[in-house]
Amino acid sequence: MTPLIEYRGIARRFTTRRGTVTACENVDLTVNDGEFLAIVGPSGCGKSTLLNMAAGLLQPSAGAVFYRGAPVSEPNTRVGYMTQRDTLLPWRSVEDNVAIALELRGEDRATRIGTAHNWLHRVGLKGFETAFPSQLSGGMRRRVSMARTLAYEPETILMDEPFGALDAQLRLVMHDELLKLWAATRTTMVFVTHDLTEAITLADRVAVFSARPGRIRAIETVDLPRPRDVFRIRFDPRFGELHDKLWGYLEESVRDGVMVG
Amino acid sequence: MAAIIAQESAPRVGHDIVASARTEWFKVLAWRIGIVAVGLTLWETASGRWVKPFWISSPSAIWAQLMAWVDSGDLWMHVEITMIETILGFVFGAVSGIGVGLALGLNKRLAAVLDPFIIAFYSLPKIALAPLFILWFGVGLLSKVVLATFVVFFLVFYNTYAGTLAVEQELVDVLRLMGASRWQIVRKVILPSVLLWIFTGMKISVPYALIGAVVGEMMASNKGLGYLIQASAGQYDTAGVFAALFVLMLIATGLHEMLKQSEKLMLRWKEDST
Repeated sequence: MTPLIEYRGIARRFTTRRGTVTACENVDLTVNDGEFLAIVGPSGCGKSTLLNMAAGLLQPSAGAVFYRGAPVSEPNTRVGYMTQRDTLLPWRSVEDNVAIALELRGEDRATRIGTAHNWLHRVGLKGFETAFPSQLSGGMRRRVSMARTLAYEPETILMDEPFGALDAQLRLVMHDELLKLWAATRTTMVFVTHDLTEAITLADRVAVFSARPGRIRAIETVDLPRPRDVFRIRFDPRFGELHDKLWGYLEESVRDGVMVG
Repeated sequence: MAAIIAQESAPRVGHDIVASARTEWFKVLAWRIGIVAVGLTLWETASGRWVKPFWISSPSAIWAQLMAWVDSGDLWMHVEITMIETILGFVFGAVSGIGVGLALGLNKRLAAVLDPFIIAFYSLPKIALAPLFILWFGVGLLSKVVLATFVVFFLVFYNTYAGTLAVEQELVDVLRLMGASRWQIVRKVILPSVLLWIFTGMKISVPYALIGAVVGEMMASNKGLGYLIQASAGQYDTAGVFAALFVLMLIATGLHEMLKQSEKLMLRWKEDST
């Protein structure tokens, strides 16, 4: 597989009133075409920073990020980004939110509404096409975000703790839907989370980060077969082994994090 | 969506809720009418018995004065003048305020350069400019329109500008990644999110447009409700002052109500389901 995204010797420092904070350093990481990569680490270890760099919204302080071999120096329009916070446009109906990327490309209304409806049905939101985001629950808004990101078929999708605000049961449902949709599209996914179980459930590979300054502790291939049953896979013995192994790395980071923070 | 919620919560008790809400509304209305009736009766009784009519006039005298103005056609003429000044001032002030607010909001360099001047003018009590405008533009309509425009401009401008600064960067970023051009971002993210701020600015500036027009009229003029108040007071005609104030109150309430309705229409997405 060819590397799609390549982080080479990345460091990122932020200047605050209390001095310079190093979010991450010495990060070397490649994301392969078509894979589902999860990045796990304690809060504040610069995971989101890495996504922002791949999206071209943030430049590294040292090193460089390459996308298909070219350095990323401006907003990268080949990636779709689903952030932790809601970025739906509140004044647009659900269907117009999902259709927005197609609208920007100049597709006619019938085409884009058709595509939007198709995706809304796939994420289980039939009947809510003309509702406004403020009328939906948190979980439904996440689904709209997911539909919006998938609807314009970006080459790569970056997800920054997309289900962090949902309750445990709803998260499982969303994992199930995400994996089904991903199986159909096989878009490259970079998924940031602080939840190791979520990472192993979803990903082909998991990269574990240390507490700030974030560095890669380990990268592990998840050799669980697909399609995966997200509701039961936690009880698979192989899942347990992987979880134990990766938790070993993460535990140190979490303890370090407590010491530092 | 609304239908689904209605189905879930409404089936048996729905009708009762509507009915009791209506009864509640009638009660509120009855109380309001009661307060007005009692207030007017007290006023009428007090006038001439406990307090000299010179100070507080009386509802009947005020009503008679109003009717006299209606009959002579004076009232409409004064109302018309004040309304024209207010509306023109409001429109010119709002349009220029929105325009300049957006221009500065989208051009950070320009905003940085002009910032101290804007603050200085913003802090100035605009009404204090009335004598200057009368000096420049005469005692006619123009000086009042300019004063109202100036007052409205700053309120709308400041809100619009603040609105552009409050646009969520994440919304802008998401669209940039979708390949939106600068102009598309302005049209699809910045303008809609600023709209709420513009409306707030316009809503609070309506009474100020009226203030600008009326204060201008009170200083130097021979027409308008401000003039009517000033002239009545000058002749110790308390009923005339109250009558003019009453009309002014009706106009202000009407304007406020109009803007509230148009805001509701434009910002439908703001309503919550719960």
